[in-house]
Amino acid sequence: MLDLAFDTPTPKVIAGAKHDWELVIGMEVHAQVASKAKLFSGASTQFGAEPNSNVAFVDAGMPGMLPVINEGCVALAVKTGLGLKAQINLMSAFDRKNYFYPDLPQGYQISQLYHPIVGEGEVIVDMAPGIARRVRIERIHLEQDAGKSIHDMDPAMSFVDLNRTGVALMEIVSRPDIRGPEEAAAYVTKLRQILRYLGTCDGNMQNGNLRADVNVSVCHPGDYERYQETQDFGHLGTRCEIKNMNSLRFIQQAIDYEARRQIAILEDGGSVVQETRLYDPDKNETRSMRSKEEAHDYRYFPCPDLLPLEIEQAWVDDIAASLPELPDAKKARFVRDFGLSEYDASVLTAEVEAAAYFEIVADGRDGKQAANWVINDLFGRLKKDGDRHITESPVSPAQLGGILDLIAAGDISGKIAKDLFEIVYTEGGDPARIVADRGMKQVTDTGAIEAAVDKVIAENPAQVEKAQANPKLAGWFVGQVMKATGGKANPKAVNDLVAAKLGL
Amino acid sequence: MSDLSSLTIAAARDALRRGDVTAADLTEACLREIESAGALNAVVHHTPDVAREQAARADARLRDGDAPAMCGIPLGIKDLFCTKGVASQAASGILKGFRPEYESTVTAKLWDAGAVMLGKLNMDEFAMGSSNETSIYGNAVNPWRAKGSDAPLTPGGSSGGSAAAVAAGLCLAATGTDTGGSIRQPAAFTGITGLKPTYGRCSRWGIVAFASSLDQAGPMTRDVRDAAIMLQAMAGHDPHDSTSADIPVPDFEAALTGDIRGTKIGIPREYRVEGMPPEIAQLWDDGAEMLRDAGAEVVEISLPHTQYALPAYYVIAPAEASSNLARYDGVRFGHRAKLAPGDGITEMYEKTRAEGFGAEVQRRVMVGTYVLSAGFYDAYYNRARKVRTLIKRDFDEAFAAGVDAILTPATPSAAFGLGEMASADPVQMYLNDVFTVTVNLAGLPGISVPAGLDRRGLPLGLQLIGKPWDEAGLLNHAYALERAAGFTARPDRWW
Repeated sequence: MLDLAFDTPTPKVIAGAKHDWELVIGMEVHAQVASKAKLFSGASTQFGAEPNSNVAFVDAGMPGMLPVINEGCVALAVKTGLGLKAQINLMSAFDRKNYFYPDLPQGYQISQLYHPIVGEGEVIVDMAPGIARRVRIERIHLEQDAGKSIHDMDPAMSFVDLNRTGVALMEIVSRPDIRGPEEAAAYVTKLRQILRYLGTCDGNMQNGNLRADVNVSVCHPGDYERYQETQDFGHLGTRCEIKNMNSLRFIQQAIDYEARRQIAILEDGGSVVQETRLYDPDKNETRSMRSKEEAHDYRYFPCPDLLPLEIEQAWVDDIAASLPELPDAKKARFVRDFGLSEYDASVLTAEVEAAAYFEIVADGRDGKQAANWVINDLFGRLKKDGDRHITESPVSPAQLGGILDLIAAGDISGKIAKDLFEIVYTEGGDPARIVADRGMKQVTDTGAIEAAVDKVIAENPAQVEKAQANPKLAGWFVGQVMKATGGKANPKAVNDLVAAKLGL
Repeated sequence: MSDLSSLTIAAARDALRRGDVTAADLTEACLREIESAGALNAVVHHTPDVAREQAARADARLRDGDAPAMCGIPLGIKDLFCTKGVASQAASGILKGFRPEYESTVTAKLWDAGAVMLGKLNMDEFAMGSSNETSIYGNAVNPWRAKGSDAPLTPGGSSGGSAAAVAAGLCLAATGTDTGGSIRQPAAFTGITGLKPTYGRCSRWGIVAFASSLDQAGPMTRDVRDAAIMLQAMAGHDPHDSTSADIPVPDFEAALTGDIRGTKIGIPREYRVEGMPPEIAQLWDDGAEMLRDAGAEVVEISLPHTQYALPAYYVIAPAEASSNLARYDGVRFGHRAKLAPGDGITEMYEKTRAEGFGAEVQRRVMVGTYVLSAGFYDAYYNRARKVRTLIKRDFDEAFAAGVDAILTPATPSAAFGLGEMASADPVQMYLNDVFTVTVNLAGLPGISVPAGLDRRGLPLGLQLIGKPWDEAGLLNHAYALERAAGFTARPDRWW
């Protein structure tokens, strides 16, 4: 396994009225498993369907209905675990988390409290080239999603949509290794990137298929290091959990607000109450979700409808053998094999489709040049074009490769290549054919260039004198010649000839 | 009692195949009996139309020579089974008006085999009870009465309606379910045979759940052969129930040779509980003697954790029930309380569940909630689970030592009077399960066989407990005991 070396970033420090504070953040990310069927029923998981149309009897909590585990979801959870270099538990089990809510038809959520399917792993969170945070994963467990309660359709009634009920989620629980709002956002970004590489979660945050609960506490500088040495949480502050966030921006804002709220309490001599809070983006504040009297006692116990989930090492090995190359390895390989900067390699590997696109363009060509074209020209053009995704690019990797080949062959200049790219982007077509049909081919015939140079010199005697006195002005002649040849003259040939004719 | 409706399954099967009788004849005979047996309150939802249609189809199959053993056999179905389009209420007010859009696997298998549904049978609410008195429909009544007495007796519970219906000849057999003795105890109280199969032998899919790790469906029949025939149709792996076992179902009837020579019968000394009525002790000794006479070796064995079974059961079963019954919230089906202005979702839950659940169900939901709650989980639920493991180990060790089946009384007494326990401590009622709950905790098959009458002329049953998945061997032992006991008494008709 190829890895790039990195240094650890400095934690975010918030200056309080009395002294400095640091943040300690742990996250629980709920990632919807990319499965067409739910975790314990055959019902569809299609997003945006008519309300209550993707509901099996078991999802609706009908009497006598029983859950049956979807093996595909188990495979995707295992794959995720392997992608996070985590321990795969060959024996796991499902538990019931009991609470009443109308969008929870069974009155319990089937989850894995006591024996999760995936144990300890890690995520390397990139902050800048050469700077990354290693965030430990504590566990990943499979669980059912709840349905959706809708309270704003009618003044007197609430409605319930059970389409999401029973959809498989992976709850990915980190250790409290994240040290600031930016790191938190970068963690989610990196996790999402890995999940998308693995194909185990679509990672669409707007549709809610990647949501995060964020645990925030504050401590004095040095406390965190003491915790790390001892793994004793006593060195850390009391945490609050901010629930159910599905925007990177809100995650950062909520953490920042919450940290400052806790600091204000502590500096005032108070103490932070461990509780669940909700972030209100309109007011940019977090609010307590429920009082202590209402605190849920979830009465977890092993789900008697499901046998312990036993999987075989050979099956895990098969899944491991099918793992794609993951972002860290791909980035390192791009740096090594294509001579890219770590920054460029990061940009190109951010999405697996972009990385694949780049590799086709770079294949047998100059890697750095290919990277420049993909990052600057293609990405830039796509962004300008309504932020289109790489998979919707009108220019195929073969077409872009064709443009690079024309440059390499000396058939077109870099400048013409930009024009050609725009033509291919807007009109499509084979780059070589476009160059031939539209007479864009670079003039390398010295005779023709020489005639043009001679003509410009003959017509501008005053300029000749000036240039001979000040060779820097030779560029004017080069410009005139390029203009006269419609930009198709080989710039180097023009330069050489102008210099020779002027006797410079 | 009509002769036709009092036939055994085996006799009816043979008569049907010979063409001596039609499924329609049998069905009409049963429907007439049901019609005149209102006093028993055994049948709570009548389905004569379904019955006649199924009987016609069964007759067609019989004519075509495509007639499995259960083809044309009229059955009663415990109200706990979901039957498509037919009221399935678990004898609870909270499921008032509930008609499922699906058919339980067990009943579907019976209908596939050609059986006929006469109606749904009374039971204790959500199968919680030992006397049928927790039913929303009012209790079923035991067709048996003590000599010289008109006092109504309990048919037992929770499958009391099933037991009463089979004993009174309203149907040829009935389905039951057994979580802590709910098949075996009512069978013993009514002089019929009741079999609880190994946990996982019959699918639980479509059966309203009480305690998922203990619930098991089984046949309630006139005799052991019928239990074998009916279990054959009910059993089998179901991919919709993760706890149903994917193992072959042997030919149970073929196992009934009656030859038990050389097998070993265990008599667990811990079941000789203090205060056991002499009649029960005598019956037990007689049963052991019968099996010894039939050629079995009878040995005393020890199941040392027996005394902890009842408390463990009354922690585990309510714990699971408290979670299983959470879905009855008034949101999607069944009863929903009328709300007052300003009532919110919490009031809807509270009022709906307070109105919909009876006292015993509420008691168990509360007990179950308590034993699972933070701070008490380890002391109650986890400890009960450990006890359960020990009880299972007791049985494993006995079987490993060569015991083929274990003989115990089925119940600590004969049927008691309805209302007799009304003011008693609930624990007194729970003591009815003392001989049966161990079997559920260990997941074993158990069968209650009528073996005699007490001095008041009421039936008493003996229980045989078998090795896991050895229903065939268990049924054969039961068959030998049945032949030796020669129980032929029937209740005098008073209804």
